Amino acid sequence: MILDGKCPTGPIEQTWDKHRFDLKLVNPANKRKYNVIVVGTGLAGGAAAASLGELGYNVQAFCYQDSPRRAHSIAAQGGINAAKNYPNDGDSIYRLFYDTIKGGDFRAREADVWRLAQVSNNIIDQCVAQGVPFGRDYAGYLDNRSFGGAQVSRTFFARGQTGQQLLLGAYSALSRQIKLGSVKMYDRREMLDLVVVDGVARGITVRNLVTGEMESYAADAVCLATGGYVNVFYLSTNAMGCSVTANWKAHKKGAFFANPCYTQIHPTCIPQAGDYQSKLTLMSESLRNDGRVWVPKKKEDCGKHPNEIPEDARDYYLERKYPSYGNLAPRDIASRAAKEQCDDGRGVGPGGRGVYLDFGDSIKRLGEDTIRERYGNLFEMYEKITDENGYKRPMRMYPAPHYSMGGLWVDYNLMSNIPGLFVLGEANFSVHGANRLGASALMQGLADGYFVIPYTIGGYLATVKPGQVKTDHPEFKQCEEDVKAEQNKMLAINGKKTVFEFMREIGGLMWENCGMARTKESLETNLKKIPALREEFWKNVKVTGSGAELNQQLENAGRTADFIEFSELLCRDALHRNESCGGHFRSEFQDAGEAQRDDVNFCYVGAWEYKGANKEPELHKEPLKFDNVHLAIRSYK
Amino acid sequence: MSDHKTMTLTLIVWRQKNASDAGKFETYTAKNITEHHSFLEMLDCVNEDLIHTGKDPIVFDHDCREGICGMCSQVVNGAPHGGQERTTVCQLHMRKFKDGDTIYIEPWRARAFPIIRDLIVDRSALDKIIQAGGYTSCHTGGVADGNAILIPKPVADEAMDAAECVGCGACVAGCPNGSAMLFTGAKVSQLAILPQGKGEAAARVRNMTNTMTECGFGNCTNHYECMAACPKGINVKFIARMNREFMKALIA
Repeated sequence: MILDGKCPTGPIEQTWDKHRFDLKLVNPANKRKYNVIVVGTGLAGGAAAASLGELGYNVQAFCYQDSPRRAHSIAAQGGINAAKNYPNDGDSIYRLFYDTIKGGDFRAREADVWRLAQVSNNIIDQCVAQGVPFGRDYAGYLDNRSFGGAQVSRTFFARGQTGQQLLLGAYSALSRQIKLGSVKMYDRREMLDLVVVDGVARGITVRNLVTGEMESYAADAVCLATGGYVNVFYLSTNAMGCSVTANWKAHKKGAFFANPCYTQIHPTCIPQAGDYQSKLTLMSESLRNDGRVWVPKKKEDCGKHPNEIPEDARDYYLERKYPSYGNLAPRDIASRAAKEQCDDGRGVGPGGRGVYLDFGDSIKRLGEDTIRERYGNLFEMYEKITDENGYKRPMRMYPAPHYSMGGLWVDYNLMSNIPGLFVLGEANFSVHGANRLGASALMQGLADGYFVIPYTIGGYLATVKPGQVKTDHPEFKQCEEDVKAEQNKMLAINGKKTVFEFMREIGGLMWENCGMARTKESLETNLKKIPALREEFWKNVKVTGSGAELNQQLENAGRTADFIEFSELLCRDALHRNESCGGHFRSEFQDAGEAQRDDVNFCYVGAWEYKGANKEPELHKEPLKFDNVHLAIRSYK
Repeated sequence: MSDHKTMTLTLIVWRQKNASDAGKFETYTAKNITEHHSFLEMLDCVNEDLIHTGKDPIVFDHDCREGICGMCSQVVNGAPHGGQERTTVCQLHMRKFKDGDTIYIEPWRARAFPIIRDLIVDRSALDKIIQAGGYTSCHTGGVADGNAILIPKPVADEAMDAAECVGCGACVAGCPNGSAMLFTGAKVSQLAILPQGKGEAAARVRNMTNTMTECGFGNCTNHYECMAACPKGINVKFIARMNREFMKALIA
């Protein structure tokens, strides 16, 4: 099937305005008759629930954490982009649009990206009005910093905790609506199924994580804002609870999964210290504004104390390879370059898996106080984890899985191929193409939640009669029973291996064979090993306790089972895409280490349809057209 | 990666099946722990051992494991988050302990935080306090340009100092009165300092402090234990600020 993204046509700068006008409206008095479910309360979900509640819809919001304030958007450090051009350095909506398309290696839709760039400015205003304490100068004006993949300073920030402050802004707006009664909040609930009746999304099945009870909720539209899936690599920068489960359940109910192989490996994370490790910690990309990345030129220097290695024995490889962007090369490029140096035997720290991020020059130039002012909390975090002082010796960094550009397929209205199912934020695939630029995730989450879904959901709801299906419909009962049956099956196995052991195993396979670089051979290895692991899981997993209580093992077992199934699709997508683009690097397709795209054969969105257990999924394509940005080789040299 | 010296520790952990269970301490041994394990990774290891022997693992709240989501909540050796300055328990590392140590692990204990299971408590009372007024009543869309309101750096910085709160509840757990004044004071102050929040300042402080009392939190008697426990180092001056805002609201 050739998929249609339903993008508006005509001059790109008019597309969103024209589309907004063309969308049908729901009369204010009728809005309260519609129920909307929002799953996930990060930037996209929190902002959507608050904004839809304010418009007058009846909103039910869900999160697995104990409070909507804790979603993993909170961990974003560096900042949020907007095309304000406050520094007068040449930025514009067009430039942000252009940088995002190019940064995504020409694998995103033009119209979606234009809209994102256009509403970026509204987001900053909105957050300021909420009381988000963005960084400012002494006169009181908003301050900006630079980020990777751009030659202008367009990133707004709140110290090193921008994600936290933006999320607390959305959470405060959401709290206001909860108080007003327009949003009903359900915390400690995990979505375990999507209820589809006659091909239309009608509700969800959730597990109450405190009591273990299954609960059903019906609505006229369901919005998934359930985040990304890079915990499929086990060790990642994601929170422990981040999973593919909600998206995978929706996929199994018919929603197409687009570009799962586009995963982002963030270049600056604290290297792994041991096998027991549960997660990796990211150090903001903003550090690359003032930190210089290097490894020793000579292998024999790798064991030395970095301060004893003289200047001329250091290889500042990003500055050498990419002189015009230097240390601010985009993430995919910086990550691969780090891997290249380490593979060449010039990595530092345990196992030779690390590169230096050195603030020595900046401290000499600006003083330690200025560096502390800019990144103090990051240096503190680094010291807590590594017991090393980043002011005194260079930090050690290594790339780690961080973000998923792929996600459920949506059209321009953020609606999936299942009518009534909308997908927001990282959970969808829409704007980052094959690689996301720094400080753009926060922008997308809030754009989708505050400024896109409030319009586009109305266009859908205006065409449907409210309240057609209620939870007494047999499909709700069926979904609850299916979920319970699966959980009982897991609980009954009583095997020898813990859930963590399986998660480490699947993560290991994925990192080894489908991580920063992939080959036909490595992917085919995974496609043999994963089904065997899946089979073993269902015979040998050990889950303690029962389903009728708070049971974290059971929660993790479900997520792990879904990750194992999903990892196969990810590998399949990576295998079919015989090109390198952005975060998807196939070693066979390169030009001296640079990704080699194949625009003739792969300039499309690959969206997979689930065909049943043990059946091959079917690939559908949405061709990508570039009318405004010239399809070119992406160069940062 | 395996050349680290390892530690063996004795853990004395609060186990409680559910809210109505009386609960008691149980003793466990943590083996093969290195200085690089985080505190929660040490507990992961203990749990793996428990699962292999068919016992119920210890349940505890955690999520980001990088000190920002505010989900983790354990009292370690009598101190919320373990007593290391500006550190959540997920960022506490085992290099702070030594081989042979005995470690007591308990949940947050406060009247307003009922225990759900083992080390997990119900902190929804903190959400209720925010719902009572921890926001500006701006609408989505239709707001002024971000630079239309000038906020000089020292003012923005002070608001940010208050805004850093992660809502973990350690301040409540550390306070002998189970008071949420630091939590509430931080939000009241952030929005009272900023021009965007001034218009509603009086109603906000009244509603938030009323809710605080209704939820069963105690009062402040200046022990400063909250500030010592706070993983973000939120200063008690924000409690003073809240009291001033409260006084102003009385005459407003």
